[in-house]
Amino acid sequence: MTAENDVLDTAETWRDAGHKVALASVVSTWGSSPRPSGSQLAVNDTGAFVGSVSGGCIEGAVIAEAMDIMQGAPPKLLEFGVSNEMAWEVGLACGGSIAVFVEALND
Amino acid sequence: MQAAVLTALNEARRAKHRVAVVTRLSDGTSALVVEDAQTVGDLPLDTALLDAAANAIRKDKAQRVEIEGASYFINTFNPPLRMMVIGAVHIAQALAPMAKIAGFDVTLIDPRSAWATEERFPDVTLNRDWPDDALTTLALDRRSAVVALTHDPKIDEPALEIACRSEAFYIGALGSRKTHAARLDLLHNEAGLSEAETNRISGPIGLDIGAVSPAEIATSILAEVIQALRAPKDAA
Repeated sequence: MTAENDVLDTAETWRDAGHKVALASVVSTWGSSPRPSGSQLAVNDTGAFVGSVSGGCIEGAVIAEAMDIMQGAPPKLLEFGVSNEMAWEVGLACGGSIAVFVEALND
Repeated sequence: MQAAVLTALNEARRAKHRVAVVTRLSDGTSALVVEDAQTVGDLPLDTALLDAAANAIRKDKAQRVEIEGASYFINTFNPPLRMMVIGAVHIAQALAPMAKIAGFDVTLIDPRSAWATEERFPDVTLNRDWPDDALTTLALDRRSAVVALTHDPKIDEPALEIACRSEAFYIGALGSRKTHAARLDLLHNEAGLSEAETNRISGPIGLDIGAVSPAEIATSILAEVIQALRAPKDAA
């Protein structure tokens, strides 16, 4: 199993252990971006996470959204880039932009 | 994503199927596609979506598609890349765990039972068949790399012969320029391989970074394998 695949195995293990879990996936990228489309990150209700959707630039913001979404908020498409105000806060230093889909693992 | 989709996805990946998950971005409904058929999920797939998923699986590339005004994300999951390491030698002890971290499913092949031991290679799949038998059984494909490290002709050469006739994306063999020249002679004269076939063998193996220790040589080999995968010279 690759490191990438461990994300989904871990998500399933967390779920089986009774945790709430959210998944974030890079669904599109423009310009330079550290992780390709398809990269994933899983978060559980203790805030633990595995995987990555960037080089560490936006993980904090993605995890914060994931915590809301696993508690019942609807799935959300997050966009990060230099033209986006959010990006100045969380900082995509590479100058690229990416879209990340965040969803809960549900019944 | 429904938990049932994740469970089925993980099962399919363990069975080494080529699969995709199609997700509608407006509401998060999704479906698992195994080969070319929908299996589980709360998103019904029409022909256009199934075709898009099959196409993404074939290209092994996650992609976002717009179909009839709706936006979908198709994520693909292919079986891991494989690395067949011939020779349970010191360099292999460094290379196997490094390649595993880089995402390779590593099989270590060495018919010499004193070398290929669990103590020397914890957590690595060991195969103690002769390399030609082993590689034939393992069915090399476009997602396979072959690394020959014994510099013992009777072990390396049969492996290289099979590798050169396969679709493996990388073939490398340890040995000095002199050893490599002798090896090519054997492969041409005894195995009947053409120069075009043996040109695929990287020898001396690895990127030239002045590597000295086994771990450094393993680094140069892994770097060369990744180069063959991501930046193949003939694709430039």
